[in-house]
Amino acid sequence: MTVFIQYLVNGLSMGSVYAIIALGYTMVYGIAKMLNFAHGDVIMVGAYVSFCATSYLGLPGWLSVVLSVVVCTVLGVLVEGLAYRPLRAAGPLAVLITAIGVSYFLQNAAQLLWGATPKNFTSLVRFPVPPFLAQFNVSAVSLVTILACILIMVVLMWFTSKSKMGKAMRACSEDKAAAQLMGINVNRTISMTFAIGSALAAIAGVLLCSYSPVLQPTTGAMPGIKAFTAAVFGGIGSIPGAFVGGVLLGIIEAMAQAYISTSLANSIVFAVLIVVLLVKPAGLLGKYVPEKV
Amino acid sequence: MSSLNGKSFNPVMNRRSVIASAAGLGVAGILAGCSSEGGDSGSASANSNGGEFKIGAIGPKTGAAASYGLSVCNGVELGCKDFSNDTYNFVSKSEDDVADGEKSVTAFNTLADWGMQALVGPTTTGASVAVAEVAAQDPQIFMITPSASSTDVTKGKTNVFQVCFTDPNQGVNAAKFLAANYGDEKFVLFYNSGDSYSSGIADAFKEQAAESKLEIVDEETFKDDSQTSFTNQLTKAKEKGATMIFAPIYYTPASVLLKNASDMGYEVKMMGCDGMDGILGVEGFDTSLAEGLLLMTPFSADDESNADFVKAYKDAYGKTPDQFAADAYDGVHAVAEALKEAGLPADVDPTEASSKLAEAMTKITVKGLTGTLTWNDKGEVQKDPTAYVIKDGKYVQA
Repeated sequence: MTVFIQYLVNGLSMGSVYAIIALGYTMVYGIAKMLNFAHGDVIMVGAYVSFCATSYLGLPGWLSVVLSVVVCTVLGVLVEGLAYRPLRAAGPLAVLITAIGVSYFLQNAAQLLWGATPKNFTSLVRFPVPPFLAQFNVSAVSLVTILACILIMVVLMWFTSKSKMGKAMRACSEDKAAAQLMGINVNRTISMTFAIGSALAAIAGVLLCSYSPVLQPTTGAMPGIKAFTAAVFGGIGSIPGAFVGGVLLGIIEAMAQAYISTSLANSIVFAVLIVVLLVKPAGLLGKYVPEKV
Repeated sequence: MSSLNGKSFNPVMNRRSVIASAAGLGVAGILAGCSSEGGDSGSASANSNGGEFKIGAIGPKTGAAASYGLSVCNGVELGCKDFSNDTYNFVSKSEDDVADGEKSVTAFNTLADWGMQALVGPTTTGASVAVAEVAAQDPQIFMITPSASSTDVTKGKTNVFQVCFTDPNQGVNAAKFLAANYGDEKFVLFYNSGDSYSSGIADAFKEQAAESKLEIVDEETFKDDSQTSFTNQLTKAKEKGATMIFAPIYYTPASVLLKNASDMGYEVKMMGCDGMDGILGVEGFDTSLAEGLLLMTPFSADDESNADFVKAYKDAYGKTPDQFAADAYDGVHAVAEALKEAGLPADVDPTEASSKLAEAMTKITVKGLTGTLTWNDKGEVQKDPTAYVIKDGKYVQA
């Protein structure tokens, strides 16, 4: 039983990292209706900024996180303004290709800037875990990741449903043209969405690398794809969906590794995704909106 | 035949002893016609009067395995400087292949156009298999890889040699070492099932472990796309009572493995093979995690007998050489010895050099940095492996 709980905790903490990344995907998709494939690479940039701040500038951990959030937010807004905004009227395929281009650009820029040799990220989260949790392999990083994930989700849900900006976001998500007619600045709202998504990416980057220390220009790629899967799994566009999707994905992955096969774990994760989408095409918590003709 | 004292790495000393022995061997006649033309690569030995002999090096200078490639290229460059003599003025040129087979073949062709007469490289197994195919085809070019360890590299090729152990050899040696020293431990075998180096060693290890009566309680694998966390694999190994990990994996995933084990509070011994070498050099890596880590590698920079080489390397490149640098240096050493054995002139045609060098390789004995090396006609090396343990951030002979 202890061992089962250990796997569950492992899955939960990895899943929480996926969930935070997935929240970024889902925010942007829900409001701008585009898949920001560069999201994974913003994570990598966030981790690098934090790494440089602590290792080269000697800043304390919390300050490096703040710095990395600021840098990523600016980066996200810049990317949106330079690469995506000019394509607002273009078809979804053009935006998708641009996003992939931005992803490659960020990876290669990181390689130029920081080199391709992997760096080892020193965990920013270090404190002793109470013994009743330690027996289940709950590490400090897992604890912080899970709590951060829940907190972020709750704040985001409150923000989108209660705040003025959040309401504007939901309005844009439903109908951009109508929102504009109602006096909402659509461009600013979408910029804001990117800012929030990228800030989340910075936090995800720090947590991901605190959990798994290898930092290289491709660090964000695979977790990014897994998190995208999680977002689709949970129902893309839905905030609780991204959370549920991420956590479930992490747990399925852990259980597949534990009880079936470590080599097949990824295949199993994606097989589950296919089955879920066959049964519920909009994802677990997604709303299926029929196209009115 | 070895006239170079491999343990003396003072370049001046080396050159002098070579001059003396070269004269003694009566090859001075060859010298007469040769004059230094001044290498275009800038790494030519300044004082050598010998004819130019072009050695190429290939390795990943960027990417995940960059640490290996840079070491190899530096090792070749230093070797060319140290082993140049009045007969041969070795000049080197290196190309980046990002550890990719296709890029490595391109690098090989670039070097062939440059006039490369022998190749010390490539560095990684996948790239070496690809390049060996090309090097063995007409027009042949002699190839000795410092560090590619799969038998696929040399299989069926007469002009391809290795400086490092083959994968099966490493697995067998590791199992024998563990049986002799850690026979009571319960082992978990942990390897990358998508990587030929890692699974090659693991397969041979399993066979030898059965023979040596090592108890393997668990076997865990991962793949390149799932190396972010090994917590689940470790949880399973811990549950099955494993007390020691044998992990023939590269140092990047190994650093994750060590971190995960430490985060879990899983106190487990660990042993790796030569791919583990380099782990202490990872930027930001907490070396205390690697305390007590065993690894089987043929070279240690902390070894007294290698001090001259280590100093020369540090002076030139500002860092401590690892086994890849030593393997590459030994590779150049082997080429120098084989050239002398075959009595070839410095301006020999690459294709002619290829067959003659290959023939000479099986006859020479090189007292190198990585042991006393001899080769069989399959291109595989024979030398004694040494196990090291990391103590206070340094390699200590186990």
